[in-house]
Amino acid sequence: MKNLLHSPGFKKLNSLHFVIAILFITTLYVTVCNLAFAPGSFFYVSNYTVSLLGKYLCYALLALAVDLVWGYCGILSLGHGAFFALGGYAMGMYLMRQIGDRGVYGNPDLPDFMVFLNWTELPWYWAGSDNVLFMVLLVFAGPGLLAYIFGTMAFRSRVSGVYLSIITQAMTYALMLSFFRNEMGFGGNNGLTDFKEIFGFSLQSPDTKLALFVATAVALAFGYAVSHFIVNSKMGRVVTAIRDAEDRVRFVGYKPQHYKVWIFVVSAMLAGLAGALYVPQVGMINPGEFSPLNSIEIVIWVAIGGRGTLYGAIIGAVVVSYAKTRFTAIMPEVWLFGLGGLFVLVTLLLPKGIAGLFASVLNKLDPPTQPANEPQAPSTTATTAAESKS
Amino acid sequence: MLRIFSLLVFSCMSWFALAENAPATESNTQFETLLAQLPSTKLSKMAPLVDKIAAQPSPQVPELLQHLMEGELYYLKAANELVYAQPNQQQTYDLTSVLKTEALAPVSIYALKKIRTNNRIRGQIRDLLANMYLSNSSPAVRLQAIKQLLDNPSKTGITSITRLIKTEQEKEIRELMSVVLLIEQLEKGQTAEKLAAISQLEGRLEPTVKNALVKELKKLSASQDLSISQDKSELHKALTRAIGQMEQDGDFYQLLDYLFFGLSMGSVLLLAAIGLTITFGVMGVINMAHGEMMMLGAYTTYVIQQTFPNLIEYSLLMAVPAAFLVSGLVGVLIERGVIRFLKGRPLETLLATFGISLILQQLVRTVFSPLNRQVEAPQWMSGSLEINPIFSLTYNRLYIIIFALMVFFSLLMILKKSSLGLHVRAVSQNRDMARALSIKSSWVDAITFGLGSGVAGIAGVALSQLTNVGPNLGQDYIIDSFLVVVFGGVGSLWGTLVAAMTLGTFNKFLEPSMGPVLANIIVLVGLVLFIQKRPKGLFPQKGRSAE
Repeated sequence: MKNLLHSPGFKKLNSLHFVIAILFITTLYVTVCNLAFAPGSFFYVSNYTVSLLGKYLCYALLALAVDLVWGYCGILSLGHGAFFALGGYAMGMYLMRQIGDRGVYGNPDLPDFMVFLNWTELPWYWAGSDNVLFMVLLVFAGPGLLAYIFGTMAFRSRVSGVYLSIITQAMTYALMLSFFRNEMGFGGNNGLTDFKEIFGFSLQSPDTKLALFVATAVALAFGYAVSHFIVNSKMGRVVTAIRDAEDRVRFVGYKPQHYKVWIFVVSAMLAGLAGALYVPQVGMINPGEFSPLNSIEIVIWVAIGGRGTLYGAIIGAVVVSYAKTRFTAIMPEVWLFGLGGLFVLVTLLLPKGIAGLFASVLNKLDPPTQPANEPQAPSTTATTAAESKS
Repeated sequence: MLRIFSLLVFSCMSWFALAENAPATESNTQFETLLAQLPSTKLSKMAPLVDKIAAQPSPQVPELLQHLMEGELYYLKAANELVYAQPNQQQTYDLTSVLKTEALAPVSIYALKKIRTNNRIRGQIRDLLANMYLSNSSPAVRLQAIKQLLDNPSKTGITSITRLIKTEQEKEIRELMSVVLLIEQLEKGQTAEKLAAISQLEGRLEPTVKNALVKELKKLSASQDLSISQDKSELHKALTRAIGQMEQDGDFYQLLDYLFFGLSMGSVLLLAAIGLTITFGVMGVINMAHGEMMMLGAYTTYVIQQTFPNLIEYSLLMAVPAAFLVSGLVGVLIERGVIRFLKGRPLETLLATFGISLILQQLVRTVFSPLNRQVEAPQWMSGSLEINPIFSLTYNRLYIIIFALMVFFSLLMILKKSSLGLHVRAVSQNRDMARALSIKSSWVDAITFGLGSGVAGIAGVALSQLTNVGPNLGQDYIIDSFLVVVFGGVGSLWGTLVAAMTLGTFNKFLEPSMGPVLANIIVLVGLVLFIQKRPKGLFPQKGRSAE
């Protein structure tokens, strides 16, 4: 082990390589085992597991997005669920139009819920929703635009810390209320559902599910690469500096709000992408995704995994989601005790999360001789100094 | 509506009548003989019989006539007996014996024969009843009767009013009586009389008066010779003016109504947010479990009602201190167990307290089941305070406003006048300096957190009267509470008061035109925009602790 850690080849590697390697191996394993082995075989990976893993990877991408703003820029967004849901709705609109005349009412132009509400034509904002390119554009532009407007206003007037957290929460709450309205034109209470196919492939078929899982893995790898590149670039350094001492960055001559808006928008787009991949895999999107509770849960994943380390966010999302799936299946009444307890314990005992635990174990094996290639997890003292002002 | 009214009158009436004197035996037998004739009497002979029955001194008379008028008087074929019958859920009829007033087993419609009436007889009964009630010895019954008569006047009613108004002692009843007469005068009188009536009716708020005026105006506009007669144009002018005045008054009271509703909603927000102001503003702790403290308070009310089922009237009074203690203790425990280890890391307290809130919710679900629990409202909370015919204040909302203000001012007093308050303020302004002056800051923190949580518990008692008590109660209020605190300026009690009342009123004024959801959205968006303008809220904290 020590020899491996000290080999020159290993030292050149960074977390990006590891994450992509692990993702690649997982995807390959799952694909091969799902396709090559018969059900009942020891190696067989069931279709259910595939779609579950796909869901986890969506969550991981979402957690990554939150970690980018919270872990590296100190913006605790309690509204990232809104960006996720907006991306989801963009995809949902496209899938809705793919149903065509196979809906309950058989109307080739209007989705079922609009027929049900006696609408005669598509609202203007649904125009073009049956076009794949337009959908892809909307997946990024919807959350990005909201993040841009919201971020510009909030960061220009230097809303920060707790205040920012609370108004992001208000933002997602207001969106939830709006999307619950039937007049909004997004299916109200029920949201968008009954999807049939995506790009012409049936959503029910196991092959499509597998393909979606692979696509999600690729998206996560892409998201990780983007985030990794950002935090290691010069811009990323400024962003980290803003997290630790915004005033000093301003005094040096930077405009922190520009950096903040920029990273907020990128993060929102990643969250939107996660939402867009999530919707075809679970088969529905409804306003519940906007609920502030969901957004807080994302923050929980990041905190448990370890904020300020990109891979930590992925670990947190996957571990907590997996625990949730297991616990809610075995003993549902214990789950909230477990999650709540986990949460209290992690904040008290593991301020750097699972990734922090990881790092300290590695450090014991191999005391660092030089700063690691990737940014350090935020030191508690620096964070304290930055946050206690607000 | 009318039916409910009449039953109310009737129940008042029979109670007073029974209290007055025991019925004489002789007249009772006469009454019974008359009753026995009811089933066999033809419709054409009914009127004199009803008159005879009405003339009986028996206390059952009004009740009987009331039921007869409403078509609920039946003849039970088998038992040869008169009964009141009402259809129930099981497609049969519930019976009450007319004379014995005891419950009988429900029967199907085939066992019954209805005592039939027609419109003429119903009108006759209505007049007879109006007469009886109007000359009743109890002012309450008379008031009810005159109010009912105001809503749909009748000829006999008016004759009896003309007779009774001279002897009426109560000012309010006399006024209402004169209003009835004035409306009559407005409808039937000559132009001069009409003008006089209008001038006297001006300033009244009863909807009936307005209807009569509007009807008269329509009648006048319909007639052709408006331009010719000067009287008529004058009448037209007077009517328009009086109606305009009434509409203006109506708008004014509508405004007051919205304001009242808004303030009561603001009070709920105030109660929910004020504990948070203390923990958030003074200690810098974002307590996501604040909502669950309210939930605990609400459940405490429920438990107290379950423990003392005979003391529902006093349960709220007992629940207030109990809820304060329960939530306060839990608060102290949370502070000692978790929060003190997270000093100066406000965002992490958010996460930890969120974990606690999940645990508390699940705890309540495990102990009390995930279903909502019903908390009963005591008698004194129901009903309303009637200011005038178109404006009344419901007691439960009124009490909430008063209660919220009481909590607010006691908290203000504690923080401003007591030594504890002094310590709390000292610690919040400069922890190190306070410690140097031998204030036990950790002890102050625990007490402050307990105080904030305790107040949340009290808020929960109030909420239990307004909404369902369930495990999600806290969740529904936590976002609003945070917004109120942030809007008002963190740590400022007065800011919280102003913010809560502003948000509540704003919401209620928007609601009629936009619907509750859109109103809520607009308020939220408005708040987000406001925070951009004033990032530190309405009343930003000053001093060293401020940035």
